[in-house]
Amino acid sequence: MDIEKIASIAHGIRHRVLEHTVKNNGGYLSQACSSAEILACLYTNLVNLSPLPAPLEPRDFVNVPSKNFTDYITGAEFHGKKGPDLDRLFISPAHYALVIYAALIETGRLTEKSLEKFNKDGTTVEMIGAEHSPGFETTTGSLAQAISQAGGVALARKLRGESGKTWIFMSDGEFQEGQTWEALSAISFHELNNIRIIVDVNRNQVDGPMEKVMSIEPLIDRIKSFGWDVDKIDGNDINQILQSGFSAKNKPKVILGYTDPAKGIEILKDRPDALHYVRFAHPFEKIKYNNFLKAWK
Amino acid sequence: MAYEIVKRPHVENFVRWSKFKPEVVVLSADLTSSCEVGKFRDTFPDRFFSFGLGEQNMLGFAGGLAREGFEPWIHTFAVFIYRRPLDQLQMSVAYPNLPVRMVGFLPGITTPGGVTHQAIDDVNVMRGIPNMTILETGDATEVESVLEVAHKIDGPVYIRMLRGEISRIFPKNEVMEFNTARVLSTGTDVTILSSGISTEEALRAIPALKEHGVSVQHLHVSTLKPFTDPLVIEGLKSSKYGVITMENHSVIGGLGSAVADLIAEHGIGKKLIKIGLKDTYAHGASQKYLLHKYGMSARNLIEATEKLIDKNLQISEEELSQTRVIDVHSTAKAEAL
Repeated sequence: MDIEKIASIAHGIRHRVLEHTVKNNGGYLSQACSSAEILACLYTNLVNLSPLPAPLEPRDFVNVPSKNFTDYITGAEFHGKKGPDLDRLFISPAHYALVIYAALIETGRLTEKSLEKFNKDGTTVEMIGAEHSPGFETTTGSLAQAISQAGGVALARKLRGESGKTWIFMSDGEFQEGQTWEALSAISFHELNNIRIIVDVNRNQVDGPMEKVMSIEPLIDRIKSFGWDVDKIDGNDINQILQSGFSAKNKPKVILGYTDPAKGIEILKDRPDALHYVRFAHPFEKIKYNNFLKAWK
Repeated sequence: MAYEIVKRPHVENFVRWSKFKPEVVVLSADLTSSCEVGKFRDTFPDRFFSFGLGEQNMLGFAGGLAREGFEPWIHTFAVFIYRRPLDQLQMSVAYPNLPVRMVGFLPGITTPGGVTHQAIDDVNVMRGIPNMTILETGDATEVESVLEVAHKIDGPVYIRMLRGEISRIFPKNEVMEFNTARVLSTGTDVTILSSGISTEEALRAIPALKEHGVSVQHLHVSTLKPFTDPLVIEGLKSSKYGVITMENHSVIGGLGSAVADLIAEHGIGKKLIKIGLKDTYAHGASQKYLLHKYGMSARNLIEATEKLIDKNLQISEEELSQTRVIDVHSTAKAEAL
């Protein structure tokens, strides 16, 4: 897919999330701003997923996995059929769910009206995605667990001789968790060279800017020292994302996409230390965002 | 009573059992020989995966492998399964109901390794986890036959495993059966339920109790969750004076608590005395010392029985069967951490 089309998908992701945030007086808005290009590139070009004939409806919630519920289906059905030469994609920061749903809608995998079910009782379109939620395959709301689970999947695929890659979308805050570093060690040690991690390095977390909460820099050097191939790029630049995503050495790879958490919606810069979840504190603020939305093409 | 002592039964048995099960893989966190899977590693190196000291990540890898059709058998000390990586165990394995087998060594006071190595609240923690099945081994026959019981369960299984020199209390061909207690004696005065190594300890006292006229029903429990065995429920109902549980675990949340639930749920209305660690950590010492120090010995079972039947039986120390003393310097490495 060409750059312009990817850019329009990225815009669509931001637009849908802003619209939802204004309508519901809150949402994970800055994550859409930072990750829109990364997700647009993943779903259109980088991750080799099988196509769907038509966008799928999200399933109603029936039950959680158990011995007595054998019809359990994960949100990986939105990634199409699995195959040995096809890629797998694991979403690690499950609070990005709203942004993931928007990306699935923009790329024709989830029906447009699905966002109306977001965070509504009885649906799988959860606020924090679980493994039945569209686009999810694992339950990763407790952060830094996707990398290990995807590592196990990649190990299984290696044992079966499959050629497909295993992609993991991560957020930078997860590099504060010890488990991430355990997993980086293990993946490198077991030479799971078909793993690709792409990180939305938006440098913000719940308590504020990461440099104030707990700095993880120099991230590139730290990950390289664990035996990985690492690129540090502008994560809002589609050309750089694609170039890095398609280039590979015979190693597992991390792409650190440094992003702007207010990209496209610059009025977010008026609240620099509270970007994790945007809730309008004042009616005037809601009006401000609504006006921005109306003026936005 | 002198039992046959079996040295490290898991070593050979696991290799034999898994030989024609290519889906069975072993995940280890630097305790491979300590958990008696060194031979598996050397025999099937392609099915053995080392994760170093990183249990959180190992639990996640196990979940991923299980999703793809493998049957991961985690081998490490119990405390490094349920205590350190509890969130990973819950979110990456238990919630998705994946067939990961967690073989936890050093249950309760079976190690002189002290508080850091003694899993005294694992059954309590694991019972609270949805989808979890909990099995506990009490002798060499159960160490051998627990594998097949776990293998058949659709979902995660936690096993309290024994290692080193183990008594064979139950005949080799009388294998562990899922959710089915072993009836070791029948009687109507007192019902005693024991699990794990506490069964061997209970068996030291029960002949003396019978000798002194107490009619004892003794059940050995190896499935701690689910806990719906009709034999257990019948055993609780049929006791005249009450029930005693005996476990190598805290008295909170383990076998005793599971029995209390059943007594209440079925309106059985019997007194219950729970023998186990009384809401305390233990410390590093021999099993024999710790059993006495923390009131988990055959003598404590006699005292509990006396309390229930309100009678002093005057059983002398000589009347109790000999305690089996495990040589901590034996070649079976009972002490090795």
